[in-house]
Amino acid sequence: MRHHLILRVITKMLVGAIMLFAFYVQFHGDFSPGGGFQAGVIMAVAFILYGLVFSLQDVQHVFPPWLVHKLIALGVLLYAGTGVVSMFLGNSFLDYGAFTPEHPSHGQHYGIFAVELGVGITVTAVMVAIYYAFAGRPPRLSDEEW
Amino acid sequence: MSVEATQTAMTLTDHLPVLQVVVPLVTAPLIVLIGSRRLTWTLAFVASVISFAIAILLLMQVIDGSVISYNIGGWAPPLGIEYRVDAANAFVLLLVTGISTVVLPYARESVRSEIPARHHTLFYAAFMLCLTGLLGVAITGDAFNVFVFLEISSLSTYVLISMGSYRDKRALTASYDYLIMGTIGATFFVIGLGMLYMATGTLNMADLAERIADQGSNRTIRAAFAFIVVGMGLKVAIYPLHLWLPNAYTYAPSAVTTFLAATATKVAIYVLLRFTLSIFQPNFLFQVNTLEFIILPFAILAMFAASFIAIFQTDFKRMLAYSSIAQIGYMLLGISLLSENGLTATVAHLFNHGITKATLFMGVGILVLRAGGSFYNRIQGMGETMPWTSAAIVIGGLSLIGVPGTAGFISKWVLIEATIEKGWWPVSVLIVLSSLLAVIYVWRVIETLYLKAPLAGTDYKEAPLSMLIPMWILALACIYFGFATDVTINAARTAAQGLLAGSAGML
Repeated sequence: MRHHLILRVITKMLVGAIMLFAFYVQFHGDFSPGGGFQAGVIMAVAFILYGLVFSLQDVQHVFPPWLVHKLIALGVLLYAGTGVVSMFLGNSFLDYGAFTPEHPSHGQHYGIFAVELGVGITVTAVMVAIYYAFAGRPPRLSDEEW
Repeated sequence: MSVEATQTAMTLTDHLPVLQVVVPLVTAPLIVLIGSRRLTWTLAFVASVISFAIAILLLMQVIDGSVISYNIGGWAPPLGIEYRVDAANAFVLLLVTGISTVVLPYARESVRSEIPARHHTLFYAAFMLCLTGLLGVAITGDAFNVFVFLEISSLSTYVLISMGSYRDKRALTASYDYLIMGTIGATFFVIGLGMLYMATGTLNMADLAERIADQGSNRTIRAAFAFIVVGMGLKVAIYPLHLWLPNAYTYAPSAVTTFLAATATKVAIYVLLRFTLSIFQPNFLFQVNTLEFIILPFAILAMFAASFIAIFQTDFKRMLAYSSIAQIGYMLLGISLLSENGLTATVAHLFNHGITKATLFMGVGILVLRAGGSFYNRIQGMGETMPWTSAAIVIGGLSLIGVPGTAGFISKWVLIEATIEKGWWPVSVLIVLSSLLAVIYVWRVIETLYLKAPLAGTDYKEAPLSMLIPMWILALACIYFGFATDVTINAARTAAQGLLAGSAGML
């Protein structure tokens, strides 16, 4: 790809914009819940595009495989953890009203925010992990990194 | 719990239904995040023990026939997702968590010898996810939620089976076959759910049951029923849909086979029970016909065909896989009787066969650990060198046949009683005849272990205690439940009554 100057320049410009859009979709979830999945995919696209145009080594330098795998787990934990916290606050599992008992609808905002963040993180990491797995055959992520 | 004081009435006890699923669910990502090979097993085991304790507490609350309902996110059913515990699924939860708690100590040594150390964290994470999925399927009262958890357990099962590839590469194709078949099954299941949703506008099981009763039988509902039975049939491995099972069980790591054989198909049978009895009405003619003219013949065919195939196997593990298909036939037979006794037999056999098969597969795992394989010509004469392992295998084998004094006898007895009560005495004869086939294939193993000379130059030690003790716990359970019959039969009867309660005396 060394000689594809236009492709490289445009990619460098786009990656930032794609990420920004991903964050927009992610955090707009507050008002239109359910953006975590889409935002995660968009965020992953930024990394995949970078990997396609430059190289797998370059993108893995930025986003190393061990981190990808930890993030997959972190997102799930964030989601379930939100539920557990609401449980310890005395409401049922994932009842976000627990976070601000005096004004439950605020709690709903915070709860959805946290849960969608978890979804976003996991989806980003899973998409990138799938890309790494396909692009890196024979596997590039050394198993020692677990 | 001082934080809670400011709030409301929800205490830890109220949260038990959701904790049942959340504990293993949280453990899986924790294992990956911590990533320590030493802590991994401990974390998984602790989570499993906690789940087991929760399952016991839940069963104690519902054994009298009452029902616990838990609203996820505080959204009341039928809109929200409801976790609903009654005797039937509390029984399944107990089986699943109990088996996982016994299998994990056993798995430690077995996994160490069969899977490279760098994959252990992933293995236990996948195991926890599989447990989460199975528990979720059993506990949820929401039909779509069943599908979600079914996928969680299935996907992690494919991973677990493929980990057998370090011992035998064929695990990869076995896992792939199961992936294709399992996905088709799940797709059929979700198509069925879609049709139900189309016809009724709800996904909550109790609500579904009511609305289906109101509108009676129509084509959408019939199609939904057919799709759900076929979809679940693939997961259960009903006879002609069983092709994924022998390879998956044969090539999976020993600990995984033990866990899956005792739990995964059993949970699928529970779903089948729940759908055919609680959601669709048992007096719904189309359903009665399906059960009587499709499920019943296939169940009987499974009892014979799979047993015949089992007789001619040369690999102990594969033989047990085919025997599982035959045993599933007995459970389906119990369902197709559509009577309280028949269901009691199914639920009791679900449990009894679970512990029996777990004992036997653990035995296989130990033989594999020492002899490096489970082919008959490799394990011959090991009764002398490994007396404890072989003795437990004999107990498991007797229970598999259904010899009086073992758990397997009790459920078969109830099943025969149920067929006679229904007046289907030819079926009772067939049950006894197929048990004779079990005698043959179990005898082959006993003959191999005890009556043949050990291979020259082999000097196997007895298995490590960490594997022997779990196996003997299960072997003794096989005997215990063969004598203390009221425990299983009563629980199974309460479960059967609960399952039929939706149909309020229509039988």
